[in-house]
Amino acid sequence: MSIFIDDSTRLVVQGITGRDGSFHAKQMIEYGTKVVAGVTPGKGGQRFEGTVPIYNTVAEAVRETKANTTVIYVPPPFAADAMMEAADAGLSLIVCITEGVPVLDMTRVYPYVKARGARLIGPNCPGLISPGSSKVGIIPGRICAPGPIGLVSRSGTLTYEVVYHLTRAGLGQTTCVGIGGDPINGTNFIDCLDGFERDPATKAVVMIGEIGGTDEQDAARFVKEKMKKPVVGFIAGQTAPPGRRMGHAGAIISGSAGTAAEKIAAFEDAGMGVAKRPVDVVELIRQPGR
Amino acid sequence: MNIHEYQAKEIFRNHGIPIPPGGVATTPSEAEALARRYGSTVVVKAQVHVGGRGKAGGVKLAKSPEEARDVASKILGMQIKGLTVHKVLVTPAADIATEAYVGIIVDRATKRPVFMVSPAGGIDIEEVAAKTPDKILRLPVDPVYGLLPFQALQMGLFLYSDIKQARAAAKIMQQLYGAFWASGASIAEINPLVTTPAGDVVALDAKMGIDDNELDRRPELALLRDETAEDPAEVRAREAGLTFIKLDGNVGCVVNGAGLAMATMDLVKYYGGEPANFLDIGGSSNPDKVVAALQIITSDPHVRSILFNIFGGITRTDDVANGIVTATEASPLRVPIVIRLTGTNEEVAVKILQEHGFSAMTEMDAAVQRAVELATAGARA
Repeated sequence: MSIFIDDSTRLVVQGITGRDGSFHAKQMIEYGTKVVAGVTPGKGGQRFEGTVPIYNTVAEAVRETKANTTVIYVPPPFAADAMMEAADAGLSLIVCITEGVPVLDMTRVYPYVKARGARLIGPNCPGLISPGSSKVGIIPGRICAPGPIGLVSRSGTLTYEVVYHLTRAGLGQTTCVGIGGDPINGTNFIDCLDGFERDPATKAVVMIGEIGGTDEQDAARFVKEKMKKPVVGFIAGQTAPPGRRMGHAGAIISGSAGTAAEKIAAFEDAGMGVAKRPVDVVELIRQPGR
Repeated sequence: MNIHEYQAKEIFRNHGIPIPPGGVATTPSEAEALARRYGSTVVVKAQVHVGGRGKAGGVKLAKSPEEARDVASKILGMQIKGLTVHKVLVTPAADIATEAYVGIIVDRATKRPVFMVSPAGGIDIEEVAAKTPDKILRLPVDPVYGLLPFQALQMGLFLYSDIKQARAAAKIMQQLYGAFWASGASIAEINPLVTTPAGDVVALDAKMGIDDNELDRRPELALLRDETAEDPAEVRAREAGLTFIKLDGNVGCVVNGAGLAMATMDLVKYYGGEPANFLDIGGSSNPDKVVAALQIITSDPHVRSILFNIFGGITRTDDVANGIVTATEASPLRVPIVIRLTGTNEEVAVKILQEHGFSAMTEMDAAVQRAVELATAGARA
């Protein structure tokens, strides 16, 4: 079992003929994801790698292939339109990998997608993987393994670091979700925690946050009030200076708000195990503190 | 991207916001000439990308052109929070009856632009929010419709009981929202918005931050970037496509991915060291980026050891290894280097490094510990 994606995921790749889109489409097909269509305006009628049909529009791709999920690799100026096109075409899950989407674009995309009942993950995220069944995005498949841990993170490579330790310790994953590092994103920690709490196969959850915003604090309240499964947390950016954007557009301490210390305090208040180092997640998962 | 007050004022003026005239001076005699032109008491304001200019002595009144010259000579070249002042804004001093605050930010919680207005202006708005939250009105704007006239008037009336002034303020808020949206801003602020003894509503200060992600499609705004107001190493990093932020420690860090880069800095601290920087080489596999990263890090005289922490996903570790070899062949390192890499093409990368006399580690903790030990030993030597 898993959340958001599984064997029934039928995937469209928007931007399949681009550099990133084609590379990762191949990787997803190799992993076993059902990539049923690609979309690149002007290349409709061609086939990707001789097999996957390419369409000019998402609506056409959905009509012809019964796709239910899309992953977006189009450049930043076109990403907002791509997300809205996918929602309009009736896809229920939209994963946007693109980094650099203007935040004011997202203030319009978010309500548009929500009004059409779709779930958006990202932008500026590594996507998600349900090990052994489906991968949507760019998380390297070989560092993951099937198992009972759910993982949600704002980061990419830091997620890989933690997954690497988990897998090596024999702790496989139901689903790993990267929700992205932008200030406005489609899916937050709580959406994922809620999914993991309801997923019978998930026995414990790892949440990897970072400085900036209050998503982690809100999530900690959710853990305290609504969750029975153990949750272990890690926060990156304890040594980050205030007022500077630490790579991710959303990773910034504004004034005195959004520090690692206040997030760690919220985790502790929720009774969560808090890892001091990425590697400590393994021990905390083995002996949950609550 | 931060822009200067004088640049923000120019944008605001273009949207119709009433702002007193002003001119930029880079020398004391230019400041004197501007003061002579205005023929009144002027304010000389340091143009730097930090808050608290007034408290640091970067904003001064001058009653005569000679005094403007004198004041400018003191402010130009002064350091405010580590940044050198290269420019001053000279503007006629205004008579002030009341001071208010008007600002727009993109709010993460509501995922919308949110106005914040307060009749308690002229001071730090965070302080107002903490001490007297009832003096702030917050108003989220639906970006599909923009700021509606009744909302603007609602805010105007929160600031002023005089309907004429409330209407004038409402108009300014519409214009500010227009400037905010058209510039792809992440913040736009007027602090203070003042009333004059004659009853006019005027913006005396202007602040604007532009979303970096907007600059590609707004080249005219990208031109506003003032590189002399930034750390030279950070400018060089941006040109090379890296994200670099200088810190005070002595362990230089090169990492792929922002989250892992922060976690690496934290781990340096955990093992008793101090990170010299945040540096994210990003997700691409370009040896040139690694070369640029090493040049930037080694130009910091405080760096005593260099730590690479690479988790290869999209990033190919062999590209990173090639970058390290190229960079160190061009200019040999004067400090020890510790390389941790794992993931995509790891075997090839390790072979490349070994052939050139480097060793590679696979565990982040061991590598960070080693880098901290070397930095500590180097600092003692």
